[in-house]
Amino acid sequence: MKFINRRTAALTALALTASLALTACGSDDESGSNGNGGGDASVTFLPKNLGNPYFDTSDAGGKKAVEEFGGKFEEVGPDTATPDAQVPFINTAAQQGVGALVVSANDPKAICDALNEASDAGVKIVTFDSDTEADCRDIYVNQASSEGIAKAQVDLIAEQIGDSGEIAILSAAANATNQNAWIELMEKELAANHPNIKLVDTVYGDDDDQTSFDKTAALLQSHPNLKGIVSPTTVGIAAAARYLSTSKSKGKVALTGLGTPNQMREYVENGTVTAFALWNPEDLGYLAAFAAKALIDGDIEGKKGDTFEAGELGEYTVGDNGEVLLGDPFVFNADNIGDFDF
Amino acid sequence: MSTPVLTRPDGQARTYDAYAQPWWKRTLLTREMAIIALVVAVYAWSMGNVANFDSPLTLYYLFLDVAPLLLIALPMTLIIITGEIDLSVASVVGLSSVLVGVLVQDGGLSVPVAALIAIAVGAVCGAFNGFLVAYVGLPSLAVTIGTLALYRGIAVGILGTTAKTDFPEKWTDLSKERIIEGQPYPMILIPFLVLLLGFVLLLHFSPFGRGVYDIGLNDEAAQFAGVDVARTKLWLFLLAGAVSALAGVYFTLRFGSARGDNANGMELQVIAAVLLGGVSIFGGRGALHGVVAGVLLIGVISSAMRLEGQTVNVINIVIGVLLVLSVISTNLLGWVSGQVRSRTRGSRPSTSRAQSGTSSTTEG
Repeated sequence: MKFINRRTAALTALALTASLALTACGSDDESGSNGNGGGDASVTFLPKNLGNPYFDTSDAGGKKAVEEFGGKFEEVGPDTATPDAQVPFINTAAQQGVGALVVSANDPKAICDALNEASDAGVKIVTFDSDTEADCRDIYVNQASSEGIAKAQVDLIAEQIGDSGEIAILSAAANATNQNAWIELMEKELAANHPNIKLVDTVYGDDDDQTSFDKTAALLQSHPNLKGIVSPTTVGIAAAARYLSTSKSKGKVALTGLGTPNQMREYVENGTVTAFALWNPEDLGYLAAFAAKALIDGDIEGKKGDTFEAGELGEYTVGDNGEVLLGDPFVFNADNIGDFDF
Repeated sequence: MSTPVLTRPDGQARTYDAYAQPWWKRTLLTREMAIIALVVAVYAWSMGNVANFDSPLTLYYLFLDVAPLLLIALPMTLIIITGEIDLSVASVVGLSSVLVGVLVQDGGLSVPVAALIAIAVGAVCGAFNGFLVAYVGLPSLAVTIGTLALYRGIAVGILGTTAKTDFPEKWTDLSKERIIEGQPYPMILIPFLVLLLGFVLLLHFSPFGRGVYDIGLNDEAAQFAGVDVARTKLWLFLLAGAVSALAGVYFTLRFGSARGDNANGMELQVIAAVLLGGVSIFGGRGALHGVVAGVLLIGVISSAMRLEGQTVNVINIVIGVLLVLSVISTNLLGWVSGQVRSRTRGSRPSTSRAQSGTSSTTEG
């Protein structure tokens, strides 16, 4: 049927395709037109990508906050976590003139131009989870400080092994900047406050499940007196927990670190792991939404020392480089892990 | 012995379908014009019904967003008219993006030099496709699925999961600059219009272009009619590679980000736009003004739906449905008009058309 008769059929084609397309577009009319104009408390959340349980949780926190202060909440995002896919949504926010855009950046630099254009259009920019360069946003809501992360993990392992004995660290890649910063801070913390704990080894699982699994096995063999493992990476802690849960060291060697509830639920429930740390993404989204509101209302400008109220989380102060720190890492254990799904 | 005279046995003058109706009917009542009317209708509807669509930023961002599609759709149109397809274009965009990133930041080259090298590499990638299709005689679908993976693999292999994001501001700004300050027309439209003019002349006003249509209708017949089928195809794939690489340079500068996974999946958007614009996937039919309208239609719908807060998935569903309906409507209307014609004019012309249709379909 490749030879459509253009002449006799074209009018029908025009009417048919037009009506089809208009119906297709018409269906989204039901969602209603968005109100616009700067100054109102409309907050758009733009996570790295949609369908990611971590951001589903953080955006739920943001939605809760926006509903509390009576603003308008919207969540948009690409289906892949790339900076170029985020740009059209940033552009759209600029066109809509939303009050504030709360974004988790897929690249610290690539989305800067788009954010600056939105800023020129009167949109307040808040980054959370992943920051951009400091001059591309008004405020960065940081989930945790390196010191906080290091201290929380040392405290957890010290508590679990009775503050004395041999421990080891299972890290990601040997040249991972954040991992090495945390390990260094943990060593300092151990030396200063836990003299009876001895860090005997640091191994690298390269954030690969199998490598981390094998390294855990090797650690237990080469250090028979090992009492605890700290893994400050979500891949590492899950692999180590999987190894421990089927080995004879289960329950004898403590394991903690940074993990996500969905990965760790099984091991917390079967007793391999008693507690691990991470931040609470819901609180992160909640705080980011209140920071956005404070910017929209003009209560703060993102300067150091500005303070604002964040609903049930209390008062926060803006620190260096326009950063707001969520607080100490959140500890997940058997009692609260059922409340989280990310 | 009289010289043989060709006369139709029934004594009627031969009527060509193509000239059976006045020129204005032939120009206006086409699929291309239907798509153009649809773009205008959707645009007008969005202006009235979608909040903020009338914002001065809308058109500007719309052009920036669809520019790579507009560029790549030009050579893609010609390739599809010959009955072939090129699925590797988005991978060439990614590869060119990575090359620009590496050459500018690690190689220390200036942006124009890096861009020229990237475009040359793109042309080579395209020529490789063209060689395998035209001279080795492999089906373009298979060849370009292979090179889709190959070129993307090289792009990701060069940069891994990292990104190059530090480009000279002069060039990133230029990619977003407006032609006239205050007007919504970005600079990228200038190279596009130049290329559009070139491709319109090539396809619609040159012997090469007539050869392109002939190949799509029946490449064996085209060969006998004196069209160099293989060379034509080689050139088309080469052009597709070069233009895709140019789109990759623009993509990199606009987003200020060179990554191996840039423009992932864009080949399908380009092909959707071309088909939506009235080009037959079986080859032999289509025109560039319809394709430009097809790209703009996708751009306007995406822009309007994003403003309504719809997710990418919903936008993809709408465009997918539109594409399927446009293909179905072609076939449906072809069938309807065949019925109408066989009733009004007798069966003869439509049978002959149906036969030629079948034969070239199987060829393609």
